[in-house]
Amino acid sequence: MANGSLLDEQAPPLPREITTQPRFSDRVFRLVITAGGFTSLLVLGLIAAFLAYRGLEVFRTFGYHFITNYKWDGGNPDAGVKPSLGIGAMLIGTIVISLVALAIALPVSVGASLFLTYYVPNFLRKPLTILVDLMAAIPSVVYGLWGFFVLMPHAVYWAKLLHKYLGWIPVFDVPLPIFERSPFIAGLVLAVMIIPIITAISREVFTQVPLDRVQAAYALGATRWSMIRAVVLPFGSSGIAGGAMLGLGRAMGETVAVYLVLNLAYKANFHILFSSGGSIASMIVNKFGEASPFELKGLMAAGLVLFAITLLVNYLANLIVRRTARTGR
Amino acid sequence: MIRLFNENRYERDAVSTPPNEGEIVSSLASVANRLPRISNEVQASGADLEARGVHAWFGSRHVLADVNLSFPAGRVTALIGPSGCGKSTFLRTLNRMHEFVPSAAMAGEVLLDGVDIYKQGTDVTKIRLKIGMVFQKPNPFPSMTIGENVLSGLKLAQIKRSNKEDLMEECLTRAGLWNEVKDRLNSHGGSLSGGQQQRLCIARALAVAPEVLLMDEPCSSLDPGSTLRIEETIRQLSQSVIVVIVTHNMQQAARVSDYTGFFLTEGGPGRLIEYAPTREIFSRPKDERTEAYVTGRFG
Ligand SMILES: Nc1ncnc2c1ncn2[C@@H]1O[C@H](COP(=O)(O)OP(=O)(O)OP(=O)(O)O)[C@@H](O)[C@H]1O
Ligand SMILES: [Mg+2]
Repeated sequence: MANGSLLDEQAPPLPREITTQPRFSDRVFRLVITAGGFTSLLVLGLIAAFLAYRGLEVFRTFGYHFITNYKWDGGNPDAGVKPSLGIGAMLIGTIVISLVALAIALPVSVGASLFLTYYVPNFLRKPLTILVDLMAAIPSVVYGLWGFFVLMPHAVYWAKLLHKYLGWIPVFDVPLPIFERSPFIAGLVLAVMIIPIITAISREVFTQVPLDRVQAAYALGATRWSMIRAVVLPFGSSGIAGGAMLGLGRAMGETVAVYLVLNLAYKANFHILFSSGGSIASMIVNKFGEASPFELKGLMAAGLVLFAITLLVNYLANLIVRRTARTGR
Repeated sequence: MIRLFNENRYERDAVSTPPNEGEIVSSLASVANRLPRISNEVQASGADLEARGVHAWFGSRHVLADVNLSFPAGRVTALIGPSGCGKSTFLRTLNRMHEFVPSAAMAGEVLLDGVDIYKQGTDVTKIRLKIGMVFQKPNPFPSMTIGENVLSGLKLAQIKRSNKEDLMEECLTRAGLWNEVKDRLNSHGGSLSGGQQQRLCIARALAVAPEVLLMDEPCSSLDPGSTLRIEETIRQLSQSVIVVIVTHNMQQAARVSDYTGFFLTEGGPGRLIEYAPTREIFSRPKDERTEAYVTGRFG
């Protein structure tokens, strides 16, 4: 018993090596999913490597100015004008329209998923859910055209109202009364596009709320809304945050719809109602056709920056999800 | 050596031989007899609850038939019976929690102070405020602190109240939890032990001042110490609140209740077989099925 006794002292045994002999089917399955996992990593890595390789020269030429410079000038070798490439305005524009989209889509999506989970009559639940999911299947060019031809006239009217009543807030101010093709309208279109994904994720989370907590709230005389606030939202907050981040990532990468709606301008514009904005993805589409070889490398570099930001957003999403998961439940 | 062995054996037999039924019944009855009987003298609050001809269904399955029971003020009623006989279902018809099961249906009336709680136009949240419930599994709100949990009913039902601190202390004291948590009211509800969580749930139910408290096997996951404390709480509560408790523990029924109802299903829907003062149920039940159950012959 006593460890103190010198005579008894013995070296502790080495830990045993614990092995299991997986079944053949297990090994096959593991091989398949490992291959799948590594393939996606490999593809991701190859894309990043390709973009980095093609964009290297541009990064080397401009350094961090590539990100801080607002101007995109392909230069003119014949006239001896050197190119000056920067995506600052586009970067800011991307963030602005994505945040506008998120600000609109998040409350709508959470409301929609609460409605679909707790309020909708039973016979309508399934069809409405399918309808929302179908919204994700519409091609983005259709959203872009719809945004331009159908939404724009209404959105301009809403923008004018916002400007009239909330114009004293800097973001709702405009330097000139031009409201068409603004970040606000692009954000609206993007919002419609990311609503399905945020709704689907929130709905999934809401269906997992522990029933005993729901019943505890009702048994205390809760109304449906007070139950939702006390039980459902605290439980679902991490999932909603994760869904929001996924939506944000989608909004940042969206190309064609924004390209059709937004008035691209190489200026930093924080007046969301004003007809001038930026988006890295749609700038790439915009420039791709007539780009010089050097500009093309710049576009690749821009793609790499967008790629990095999207990864960062997803990483943050994970972080938020994990933090709220610890405290929120 | 041999003698010693025999003596031991004799003692062991004395412990393990089941006493005959009569002994169990009389020992339960003696437990019941030793308790203070307050129901006869005290008619504290004016509230009373009555179930009239209550039936319950899940889908097309008839699980509860024609239950008539009344729960006058100041009385603790225990509901006993084998598993699946509809005790929980009956309890849940009493505060309209039954209707949360999508396919659930009921018939009959539940009168609170003479008014049918299923009457059209009834505000069901007000009903549940008056008829509180404690569940089998402790279910505090984990996103709230201990203190917030106690007061959560006020928030949920949007009741304004001053001196919340006093209310918090009063409810926790009545639930027998105050001394254990008074220094950590700000830690999370989930950080308590199972027994403490259950007492927190009782405190939470008390904070909205219910007239009736329904308890569905509240002690089934608790240690003997917490169980006794909750039983004490129930005895104290009975002076101001109608308590209905479902339990599988005969001793508990004998210790805490004034009246006992015995439920049983014989293939079909569950029925109330016998309802009488607890003493009588355990000492001289009228129905032989009740006797068989309380003496442990089946169920
Ligand atoms: N949500 C439900 N859906 C369908 N049937 C149910 C549901 N809940 C209970 N039942 C059925 O109703 C009957 C009564 O169940 P109940 O929970 O009231 O029994 P109980 O007396 O409380 O049993 P126990 O002592 O095991 O808790 C059982 O046959 C059960 O299978
Ligand atoms: Mg039960």
